[in-house]
Amino acid sequence: MNEHENDTGSKMGMWLFLLSEILLFGGLFILYSTYRYKNPADFHHGAEELNRILGTGNTLILITSSLTMALSISSIQKGNRKLSSLLLFATIFLGFLFLAIKSFEWAAKIQHGIYPNSPRLLGRSKGEVLFYGLYYAMTGLHGLHVLVGLVVLTAMLILMMKGRINAVRFAPLENSGLYWHLVDMVWIFLFPLFYLIT
Amino acid sequence: MSLPIGASTYLPSLGGRDIFGGEGIFEGSRVKTIRYRTYVLVWLGLIVLTGITVSLAGMNLRSLSIFLPLLIAAAKSGLVLSYFMHLRYETGLFFKLMIPIVLATLTIFIGLTFTDVAFR
Repeated sequence: MNEHENDTGSKMGMWLFLLSEILLFGGLFILYSTYRYKNPADFHHGAEELNRILGTGNTLILITSSLTMALSISSIQKGNRKLSSLLLFATIFLGFLFLAIKSFEWAAKIQHGIYPNSPRLLGRSKGEVLFYGLYYAMTGLHGLHVLVGLVVLTAMLILMMKGRINAVRFAPLENSGLYWHLVDMVWIFLFPLFYLIT
Repeated sequence: MSLPIGASTYLPSLGGRDIFGGEGIFEGSRVKTIRYRTYVLVWLGLIVLTGITVSLAGMNLRSLSIFLPLLIAAAKSGLVLSYFMHLRYETGLFFKLMIPIVLATLTIFIGLTFTDVAFR
């Protein structure tokens, strides 16, 4: 480890960033609950139109990717680079799978003419316009986070291949893992709000 | 939870190595290497909770239909925070206090918003 590196300090920095992320999504969750409170019937109708099977599948995918992420960190700490990079690769693969299913879902909705400002959506009630506006904004922002996470994890995989992340120096991988788990956690809340609570 | 050192025989295909026991050390005793089995159990817990919340969605729970899924989501994120994100194993005031402070901030924010929306 480089003598100028401070693992605890970098982890604290990562956590501070994650806390600001919680407040960012928290603001959107408050917006969601306020509009839901004002338009219960429209939100009920909106949630029934989303594909619950795809939503559940994506939940299982992200949870499993969190598992492979955590296992990858444990195995590099034990010096098993081969297993660790394999698990990291699995995490990246599952992240891509999540995004693929998400974009498929979006494409299906857009094909039905349901997207922000679409004539068909604007013809519906105000509450449904709000529901789909929040759906696209919140799952979109979350998807963007998954995409950023995938870039970061790919960089970590390259560093691991080069041996720059190893049994002694693994703090960058740990911090990337923290970010990945947070993205998973945001989805854990998005899933019931948009797909389950009708 | 303590982290017992001990071999278990989960993936014997890995050459019989004891990959489950042992504790790595990070910054003194700050972060321990967590056993694979612990993670797999947490993952199973998350899958079961997902199954419960999805099957509850098909039932007519009336007033509980919003509260229960959110409670389950909170339990799931509690598992992720304490095990996957290692908060359970962290020491020091910074790590102990940060989540409660953020949750308190959000709660106050939600409370104030709803007193505004409900009594407007």
